[in-house]
Amino acid sequence: MIALKDRHPGEGRDRGETRRDFLSRDPGLRRDDDIWQVLEGVPDPEIPVVSVVDLGIVRAVTREQVTITPTYTGCPATQVIERDIRDALDAAGYRDVAVETVLSPPWTTDWITETGKAKLEDYGIAPPSTALTATCPQCGSIDTEEVSRFGSTPCKAQWRCRDCLEPFDRFKCH
Amino acid sequence: MATVATDNVLFETLLRLGDDSLILGQRLGEWCGHAPSVEVDLSLANMGLDLIGQATHFLNAAGAAEGKGRDGDKLAFHRDVLDFRNCWLVEQPNGDFAQTMARQFLFSTWQELLFAHLAGSADQTIAAIAAKAVKEVRYHAELSGEWVVRLGDGTDESRRRMEEGLDWNWRFIPELFEIDDLAAEAAARGIGVDPTVFRAEYDRRIGNVLTEATLVAPKDQRPIVGGRRGHHSEHLGHVLAVMQFLPRTYPDAVW
Repeated sequence: MIALKDRHPGEGRDRGETRRDFLSRDPGLRRDDDIWQVLEGVPDPEIPVVSVVDLGIVRAVTREQVTITPTYTGCPATQVIERDIRDALDAAGYRDVAVETVLSPPWTTDWITETGKAKLEDYGIAPPSTALTATCPQCGSIDTEEVSRFGSTPCKAQWRCRDCLEPFDRFKCH
Repeated sequence: MATVATDNVLFETLLRLGDDSLILGQRLGEWCGHAPSVEVDLSLANMGLDLIGQATHFLNAAGAAEGKGRDGDKLAFHRDVLDFRNCWLVEQPNGDFAQTMARQFLFSTWQELLFAHLAGSADQTIAAIAAKAVKEVRYHAELSGEWVVRLGDGTDESRRRMEEGLDWNWRFIPELFEIDDLAAEAAARGIGVDPTVFRAEYDRRIGNVLTEATLVAPKDQRPIVGGRRGHHSEHLGHVLAVMQFLPRTYPDAVW
């Protein structure tokens, strides 16, 4: 991998770009701008308690363009999300603002905001973490086990609490 | 859409990548509602979705590289067997659950290594798709590897079935590492990768899982190749018949 990159130095603006690199670039409009407020009001179609901003789907906002990124390659909600954002912008009078999808840098669970993680937990979904065990969102126990690596959607795994015996979803960390 | 000159090496490279993902995704979809348990059913469907997502990106990019106005849907639903560029492994029948998991393990282990290298491709689209998908493919490789261990080191029956599943799929491994003129040119331009550079790592990973599963690797057989040039087994035509029936019969159908 390293060798390949070395063979093509400087080619491709976003090659190997990380989240930190991306955030160090001009973020566009201030977060209290109206367009951001409109996007804060667009819920994720699968987990409506969090917005597309909470999930880190919105990358950047300018007067001309909203830049978004898909969460998982196979996420069937991707097209719905793009349409919902388009509809919300249109309804708020921003018909001239384009919606552009980018793949790089790839989305990871690090892009979910702290507010988003708290909302997920309140909703009963264990937020992504690198801990070996999940914390039960119902009773707070860490005596939990994975039932299936794939849950009700591609972004979640199925877990069970050994204390309160409730099953729960855990957002997959990657 | 404006017609631009076709970059044939890029077009064929993207078709090979996209067709692998498309056909295996379609195969996994056949399991929907038939898996041994609901958790496994979800696993298979979700892996299939990941692969179809990859295929959409790769085939849309292939259409753009070809410059003749075809998009991913057109390439997926309106080509015949001889125009498909996937490897033989992904078109193999599902068989029983063990045979499906053996196929997935051999493929996903390869695809993870391939995408890790392609994340540094000189083609920005390939690099972006690979960097995004490699995290998901790692999950596929782990999941299928765990099933190889669980079935291989399980009951007499599960062990026999996993041995038979590996036997069936083993002869399609060499094609994954085949490097023909087109693949060599793609690698030389930095848009593709010579898969032989990660063959040793592939063999090591496969070997580790087989050891943990207390299985021995099947004997090498005469390899079967040709998928990258459109020569396929009889199985692919049946896959396409199911996959392409609706859009071919009702070309204007929309959701």
